[in-house]
Amino acid sequence: MKHIIKALFFSSIILSLNGCGEGEQKAGIDPKIYTDSLFAVMKADRTNYTKLIIKRLGPAGADKIKPNEHWEDLPEGAPLPAQMFRAGAEAVTELTDKFTYSLQSTWPINSQNAPKTPMEKEGLEFIAANPGENFYGEEKLGDVTYFTAVYPDVAVSDACTICHNEHKDSPRTDFKVGEVMGGVVIRVPL
Amino acid sequence: MNSKLIWSLWLLMTLAIGSYYAYSIFGGGDKTQLLIGESTYGHFQIEMACETCHSDPFGGPEVLQDACTKCHAEELKAALDSHPKNKFTDPRNANLLKIIDARYCISCHTEHQQEQTRAMGVTLPDDYCFHCHEELGDERPSHEGLPFDSCASAGCHNFHDNRALYEDFLVKHANQPWLLTKEHPPFINLNLPSVSAKIQKLAALSIEDIDATNMLNDKNYIAQDWLADKHSQAGINCSGCHNSSDNWIDKPDHHICAECHTLETKGFLSGKHGMRLAENLSQSLAPIKPRESNLNFQDDAANKQQKCTACHAAHTFDTSFAATEACLSCHNDEHSLAFEFSPHAQLENNNFAAENSRVTCATCHMPRELSEQHDKKLLFVQHNQNYNLRPNEKMIRSVCMNCHGLEFAINSLADPELIRNNFNGRPTKHVESIDWALKRIKEN
Repeated sequence: MKHIIKALFFSSIILSLNGCGEGEQKAGIDPKIYTDSLFAVMKADRTNYTKLIIKRLGPAGADKIKPNEHWEDLPEGAPLPAQMFRAGAEAVTELTDKFTYSLQSTWPINSQNAPKTPMEKEGLEFIAANPGENFYGEEKLGDVTYFTAVYPDVAVSDACTICHNEHKDSPRTDFKVGEVMGGVVIRVPL
Repeated sequence: MNSKLIWSLWLLMTLAIGSYYAYSIFGGGDKTQLLIGESTYGHFQIEMACETCHSDPFGGPEVLQDACTKCHAEELKAALDSHPKNKFTDPRNANLLKIIDARYCISCHTEHQQEQTRAMGVTLPDDYCFHCHEELGDERPSHEGLPFDSCASAGCHNFHDNRALYEDFLVKHANQPWLLTKEHPPFINLNLPSVSAKIQKLAALSIEDIDATNMLNDKNYIAQDWLADKHSQAGINCSGCHNSSDNWIDKPDHHICAECHTLETKGFLSGKHGMRLAENLSQSLAPIKPRESNLNFQDDAANKQQKCTACHAAHTFDTSFAATEACLSCHNDEHSLAFEFSPHAQLENNNFAAENSRVTCATCHMPRELSEQHDKKLLFVQHNQNYNLRPNEKMIRSVCMNCHGLEFAINSLADPELIRNNFNGRPTKHVESIDWALKRIKEN
């Protein structure tokens, strides 16, 4: 009888533990949905900054601000859309370690923004070759495994293409509005 | 018996040694024995206030990083730091961080390692740029084959402060003449208020207004000094600094000065002269004396404690004296001694420029800056020499380019002999950065 009670007791613990695990998994957000949602916010903000601020108030609009790579050194300087995006990414690292993101390109103006890891290279090649599709995978960097998602960064305005096509450090000078210029890489530690 | 004695002696000695170190650490005893190595020139003054940096005995690099940023973050932000921590926190840099963990200051600036310490307090070999910028030669033909230990030593790049060195700035200021103006240097508007904006200027005082005649005794020269000084002209009576006779402060210190000269005091406490008096130290230290430094100082100044009044003598507060003579009363190195014969000093002697536009030691090492407080512009003298001292390219925009063209300034600061003789002549060095920047523009 004692053995039966013991067996029942331990079985219930094991079942309850399993139950907890399943419960946690069910309660958590699928990394893909998590990164898709983050990207939606990033894309919306990035597009709005480009169209509503840079295009509207910059030299092509009211000419009230000067979008410039060295904006901090100009009285009316404003960060370029890519810099604004990176400033957000850097600010996020001060707030949370639950995810990181970066803007990269196979044709970067600053070579530090070229893909570095094998998965970044694979992801950027995939989104360039498959317009409208995203790339997802897992990679280990240092001692941590990450869910890595790569989303296409599309030229939403001629403010993007003109600047990149005319920049002396740009390795590509024939970008057109609507084309993939690079990718947003979002990582979630697993 | 012998064994018992030996064990007793061992126990006694262990307790004695343990007690000695415990007292050193926790009881306020002499901590010199705890130093693991000689401190850098930047920190030796405060090395006995150990807990200023080592605030938690069980903390890792984050504790030390907090200590670094507590004192240096503001300056790095103002310098538009080219390599801030948040440039390295993305996991994609994991492999690079294994080589140099650039998230932490101590990865490049390890303290108490004097034998490894190089220029700018860097404790890495000078070719550290290689680890991240290995492929630079492929991207920039002009840089192909350049040794990586020359990036920061040739007058072209700095790790943190590149405000005067970035490519667009070089192009914008290329082809400037060596001297931008033959008129008086275009300094900041000197008519702006120069004390804390919250202080209201009062009516000028006369000798009859002195409110501490009982404290003067027969020292009438003090009254005369005060009368000739700007403090009396600004309505600051004896009690303004010394308090009332009932609560008299015989020798007001920097806390009193800071009530009006807030920004000057802040800089003083952050710089080499006043860092021992800073509020954020873990224990109070005596002001630094020249003899405690390994720089070359005048013998008769060896014991001169560096307080506000070391340069601004009480009651006269002669800023003209403080700007040159006060410096030369202590500093005895070749650069300082050569000032008298330098073109900058000759300008002064020839009365070339108006009094407030003279070129003095302070013009370059404690320049005037603008600050905005309560929507008001405020002129102040930056008393923290570190803001533009090293690397010396930090001086280009805040000082040199007030009078000189960019190329002349870059070349001059890259010429050690010219610095030694206090810029007596033309630079013999030529930094090619502007040439290369212009060439790239032309090619594109």
